Amino acid sequence: MKAYLPIAAVVALLAAVPLVTSSNVVLNFLVVALLTALVGQGWNLLGGYGGQYSFGHAAFFGTGAYVTAVLQVRYGVNAWIAFAAGIVAGAAVGAAIGALAFRAGLRGSYFALVTLAFAEVLRILASVAPVTGAGVGTLIRLDLRWQAFQFQSRVPFYLILLALVALSLVLMPAIARSRFGAWLVAVRENEDAARALGVDATAIKIAAMTLSAAITAAGGGFYAQYYLFIDAGIAYGPWISIEALLAPIVGGAGTVLGPLLGALVVKTLGEATKLVAGDAPGLDLVIYGGVLILVVAFAPRGIAGLATDAGRWWARRGKTPAEAGHA
Amino acid sequence: MPDPLLAVEGVSMRFGGLLAVDQASFAAAPGRITALIGPNGAGKTTLFAAISGFLRPTAGRVVFDGADVTGLPPHRLARRGIARTFQIAQPFAGLTVRENIAVGAHVRHPARTAALAAADGVAQAVGLARDIDKPAAALTVAGRKRLELARALAIEPRLLLLDEVLAGLNPSEIREMVPVVRSIAARGVTIVMIEHVMQAVMSLAELCYVLAEGRIIAQGAPQAIAREPRVIEAYLGRGAAQRMTGEGADAGA
Amino acid sequence: MLSPAILVSAILNGLMTGAVYALVALGLTLIYGVLHIINFAHGALLTAAMFAAFFANRWLGLDPYVAAFGLAPLFFVLGYALQRLVIGPAARGDDRNILLVTLGLAVVIENALLYVFRADTRTIDLPYGFDTIAVGPAFLAVPRVIAFAAVIAVALAVGALMRWSDIGKAIRAVAKEKLGAELAGIDVAHVYAVTFGLGTACLAVAACLLIPSYYVNPGAGNAFVLIAFTIVVLGGMGSVAGALIGGLVVGVVESLSGLWLGESLGQVGIFIVFILVLLVRPRGLFGEQA
Repeated sequence: MKAYLPIAAVVALLAAVPLVTSSNVVLNFLVVALLTALVGQGWNLLGGYGGQYSFGHAAFFGTGAYVTAVLQVRYGVNAWIAFAAGIVAGAAVGAAIGALAFRAGLRGSYFALVTLAFAEVLRILASVAPVTGAGVGTLIRLDLRWQAFQFQSRVPFYLILLALVALSLVLMPAIARSRFGAWLVAVRENEDAARALGVDATAIKIAAMTLSAAITAAGGGFYAQYYLFIDAGIAYGPWISIEALLAPIVGGAGTVLGPLLGALVVKTLGEATKLVAGDAPGLDLVIYGGVLILVVAFAPRGIAGLATDAGRWWARRGKTPAEAGHA
Repeated sequence: MPDPLLAVEGVSMRFGGLLAVDQASFAAAPGRITALIGPNGAGKTTLFAAISGFLRPTAGRVVFDGADVTGLPPHRLARRGIARTFQIAQPFAGLTVRENIAVGAHVRHPARTAALAAADGVAQAVGLARDIDKPAAALTVAGRKRLELARALAIEPRLLLLDEVLAGLNPSEIREMVPVVRSIAARGVTIVMIEHVMQAVMSLAELCYVLAEGRIIAQGAPQAIAREPRVIEAYLGRGAAQRMTGEGADAGA
Repeated sequence: MLSPAILVSAILNGLMTGAVYALVALGLTLIYGVLHIINFAHGALLTAAMFAAFFANRWLGLDPYVAAFGLAPLFFVLGYALQRLVIGPAARGDDRNILLVTLGLAVVIENALLYVFRADTRTIDLPYGFDTIAVGPAFLAVPRVIAFAAVIAVALAVGALMRWSDIGKAIRAVAKEKLGAELAGIDVAHVYAVTFGLGTACLAVAACLLIPSYYVNPGAGNAFVLIAFTIVVLGGMGSVAGALIGGLVVGVVESLSGLWLGESLGQVGIFIVFILVLLVRPRGLFGEQA
């Protein structure tokens, strides 16, 4: 139970924000950060807990976004149903790519490469296919009713997104305490040893990828509803694949709150960059790339790792080495 | 022997031009300890890999408890009751000892608390109770070997394949480990062990198979095997057996 | 149906384009064969080299083939520094970290170029850019013929370096057996950096060979690197012969299919081939285990 306390505290804190401020700037920033956190949480399940580094999570984000948008725009489906369908579609794409990649035994760099390739294929297809609006993209018609999953104020959007993030947060300790979680981590640490202990590593990895894709797709669907416009570069572009992995790595891969922490830091950096150097394209990603390298070099377990180390150092000071023991 | 629990029939492993295992056949009687010995590079670990599903035999069959399990993947074999340890201990470094063992226990116990409790029990049996909360990465070599053993035991196997479980241990650690292995067999688990530590083979194994250059060249009780000229030559080189008996004759005169 | 002249022309053109693909692939496969890392920054580095070649022409008036002689050493040093000072220390040998660091580098380089130079496309004009040489029934563009000859020269030079020079032997030793090489006294970090530098130098030469015929923009390198990746997985990661032969084959195939299918085969086709090869036979035709 105590694992859920920090989550509850953080969510409660975030939920209180609209009560304290009505600033659109703050709310918009938090929406962007939480969106990154959600997508990052998806990546974290497969990459942080499962140890399989995907460089193509855009494939799931984009599928969630496009299915949500296209079903509404071309087939008149209700927005909420379309959103749910987007999540299912994203999960299906995750299962498909996972099945192909993991059955072929791809690991490490090869797995990263193939995920990158799949995301790019989807991007190119989306940029030429008529159903997605090809180069022009897809525009969702403005319809400010809750039935159409659109709202006049940002607050409902914010709270819904927060709910989604909270769900993804709660999922992590639940998984960690389950057999699936134990097996997933075992596969990450040593796949062959896990196999010898009865773990169907391939099935576990595919399952993790499916769930990871579903979470990320939810982020994509939400993006479509919030911004009301997507195109191939937005939906399936490398930028989202990079943000998906940057947030958890910076915050602490394989931890519950890592992606959220990382998302807040990364987005704050992004905003600061814009303030200082203006809106020119590319600069924010340069900073992100630099941060990635620095984190890997100096803080490989991310902020969460630094916090744990700091905590240990604090607990150990003043004790003799013998007293400090195995702290 | 009564119906063997494990029957390896004519298994060969070929890698391109290299025949690593050449029609090896052996059997493990239920509840007994069988040893697989031989010089380095003889193909013992490759044979284990073929039996435990990590490699698909190029030829031959593996029969477990009467069923043909040739080529089944490792996790299916584990669920049927075949456990295997690795020559170089492979702990799950980021987890504690208990969590490591629980991974194995989960095959029989889906619920987390049950698996962790079972892990405690196995740790006791193997002598790791003191270290149960330590991170696996902090264990000594002897501790890691026990952990390998514990994880394998946690799946409640009927057949345990031990790949050099004593390698890297000093004499006193070996002396402590041997009774642990014996106690496992005493509980009815069939054991096949690859081993180089001859004193352990002598005291533990009832039946020995000798593998050299991929072929089984001798089988029998350990004491008898040790005196066989072919076996001596496999380890020490051609003519060694003759030289040894020659020297023995001179010395004993 | 198709006249032999067109066919021969297509094949020869394919060989020449393929040669440059092969050079890009050569750098990639060298780096993989020795460092055992997949250099995700390869595309961004090629783009940077193309920009460098472009500006050497624009500001210094240098013919790209001449610029190659200056840019190759320059990019060698850049690659050496990147591996020695950034990738090596940051990743500390952990596979997953290396993935992330090279990805990070790719993002930084590509977006730095985007930020500084915007997304505009640039081209250079060579006075002899449209001249052709007649070879049998075909008319071949002069820049392409030069490119083909240059790639052969570079391949021979690299081959000779590997075979006969001390550093080449050291590189081969580290590629085969790193621990043994270390124990024998070889400075592995230095060898790694030299290899990375060589790979980057190959990119610099390839860039100079490419810009007479192609556009330069921040995304340019990626298109070629995708082809290079496909070649490398097809020919085998770490196999120099595989990269060279694979490059020529891909070039010819691309050229011939262009005859029948037009440009529509495009990028998607290459990606799909790439994915298929990864899934079915990541070892490629000549390479080592995935």
